[in-house]
Amino acid sequence: MSDKIQSSLAKRPEHSSDSPLSIHAMTVAYDRKPVLWDIDYDAPNNALVAIVGPNGAGKSTMIKACLGLVPTASGQVEFWGKPYKSARAKIGYVPQRESVDWDFPVSALDVVCMGRYRKIGWCRPVSRAHKSAAMECLQRVGMGEFAKRQISQLSGGQQQRVFLARALAQESDLYFMDEPFAGVDATTERAIIEVLRDLRSQGKTVIVVHHDLQTVPDYFDHALLLNMRVVAAGPVDEVFTTENLHKTYGGRLTLLAEAAEAIARRDRGH
Amino acid sequence: MSTDMYLFLSGDLFPLLAGILAALFCGLLGNHLILRQQSMMGDAISHAVLPGLVGAFVLSGSRNPAIMFFGAAGSAIVTVVLIQLVRKLGRVEPGAAMGVIFSVMFALGVLLLEQAQADGVDLDPSCVLYGQLESLFWTPPREWNEFFSFSTFNEIPRQIWTLLGTNIAVIGFMVLFFKELRVSAFDPGISSSQGINAGVIRFVLMLFVAGASVASFEAVGSILVIAMLICPPAAARLLTDRMGPQIIVSAVLAVASAVFGYVVSANIPEAWVRGGSVNAAGMMAVMSGVFVALAAIFSPTHGSISKARRRRALTKKIHLEDLLSALFRFRESGQPAASAQQLAPLVGHQRVARIALDDAIAGELVVVDAGMISLTVSGYERAASLIRKHRMWEGYLVDQAGMPADHVHPVAERLEHLSSPVPKEADAPHGDQHGKPIPPAN
Repeated sequence: MSDKIQSSLAKRPEHSSDSPLSIHAMTVAYDRKPVLWDIDYDAPNNALVAIVGPNGAGKSTMIKACLGLVPTASGQVEFWGKPYKSARAKIGYVPQRESVDWDFPVSALDVVCMGRYRKIGWCRPVSRAHKSAAMECLQRVGMGEFAKRQISQLSGGQQQRVFLARALAQESDLYFMDEPFAGVDATTERAIIEVLRDLRSQGKTVIVVHHDLQTVPDYFDHALLLNMRVVAAGPVDEVFTTENLHKTYGGRLTLLAEAAEAIARRDRGH
Repeated sequence: MSTDMYLFLSGDLFPLLAGILAALFCGLLGNHLILRQQSMMGDAISHAVLPGLVGAFVLSGSRNPAIMFFGAAGSAIVTVVLIQLVRKLGRVEPGAAMGVIFSVMFALGVLLLEQAQADGVDLDPSCVLYGQLESLFWTPPREWNEFFSFSTFNEIPRQIWTLLGTNIAVIGFMVLFFKELRVSAFDPGISSSQGINAGVIRFVLMLFVAGASVASFEAVGSILVIAMLICPPAAARLLTDRMGPQIIVSAVLAVASAVFGYVVSANIPEAWVRGGSVNAAGMMAVMSGVFVALAAIFSPTHGSISKARRRRALTKKIHLEDLLSALFRFRESGQPAASAQQLAPLVGHQRVARIALDDAIAGELVVVDAGMISLTVSGYERAASLIRKHRMWEGYLVDQAGMPADHVHPVAERLEHLSSPVPKEADAPHGDQHGKPIPPAN
């Protein structure tokens, strides 16, 4: 799809070019089975946003689709009114910790440096200036003394903080984080929340897939309740209600899930 | 020039050099397969290029490496597509899909080869497996001063130039794209999201593997390629925990496998082997496997010997600490010294107690006076901190983890020997579960 044919979402009345992230009518399918139906969403500026929803609701998929890591079946995604490719430099990403091989022969600092590879540019070695910038990011998450450690020798929480430091090294304006709080110790949880608040005070937006419903009102300004479609989205005190949570986690959407199964079965020819 | 030297230069130099050069670039590329947990892919591609190679050879009638490469690359791409297809349509696990395609492709290649041979084409199936190292003769000049002439270089076998060129290409690729190869292997998500498309990098890597198979197949055969793609990097992985050193170590091991393999195959006593000689390329591959075995046994970090040694050291430490705590408890009950007979059952059996006692005496943690053992000042301090840790853990397990008081002793016993943190006073407010005093911190 060329940008010329596609009219910018910003021109639509329901989306604005101020928004760091605008999603319009996005549908995503894995192996023909739809996992996200017709998502419409505008992320607020300068806020901490929690994406919550049950397992299989498509939370990670939504992030990956925004970043172009999984193909979308239809719909548009824009960042500050621009397509992903032109906005890439301003977008940071923290994947799920389990998504990588922690036996990989690199040090914590090496991993953080990876957040700067785009800035460094193709085929160039990592300069000393970039290394010290990465080191600062490690120190910000309290991991300075572990810089030289091979990553398999770190605890789960420490590994998560290395990922966070790598995101900081990206120096982005919009961050996607996929379950950064999953299975971490108290120290790490505090470090993460400190970093999130720090980012917000710098005017950035962070979109976080979050599992612990109890801490949502404490940690986040906005919430996106997701279960294959957007159940509700907005400021936490408005949308994070018992009723909406019931809609998200309760049985009402099982019909949609069954429909998805049926579509997948038909396309497989069973 | 001596006759020996002349014989070496004409008969051995280029077979050896071909082995070294092929081992080097395969060993280097293999690092990136192992880091992606894709070593099987190297195996698959090096087999599956065969029909493409034979096809290109038959159609063009020449052994021009460029034409052969296009045939092989075509074959490799078809293989990758077919593997995806079998995975989707056949609904089998990725390893099985790979196995199905590469074995069938290889078999197809062998059939094609046989047909081509019947048509008088000069390609030999056995040469595909273990190459024709022995055919790389050279007629060197008789005198050293004649070396630097055009005709001398002209006489160098074409395969050597091909292998040399491949090394330059592979090393250039790996140095130039070191960063990109690293991030795309470690975390494809962050790589692609930053514009370093992990899928494209992987595809280019596979093309290099296909190219490496083509460049080596004529001289050294596919067995050496497969072995070198996997063994040197696997051995290097056991020897270091950094990517740069791993690549360098794998290169050294690949070259060493080639050299040792060649030397062994050339010097093996005739009586030991049927037919009086062994295939040099095969011996090189075996050598690379020997290096993996050696690394698995002797590696200072991941080797089985050092692992056993670390376990032994930990066991010894535990016995020593058990001895100290036992002495501490005796002292607590009003008996400042104990005999070896009293201590032995608390440490384990007689023999380990004896060793622990020797260690404690050597470390000046205990003194023996007329058969009675007592703690020194430093021994007392160490024992007190152990006991503190033990009792704090017991308190923590009851107060925080809700374990019944009579279940916590064995757990605390294990935790006190490991570098686990000591619970804070606030987390174990009720003190020791058995009413005993907890030694103060330090």
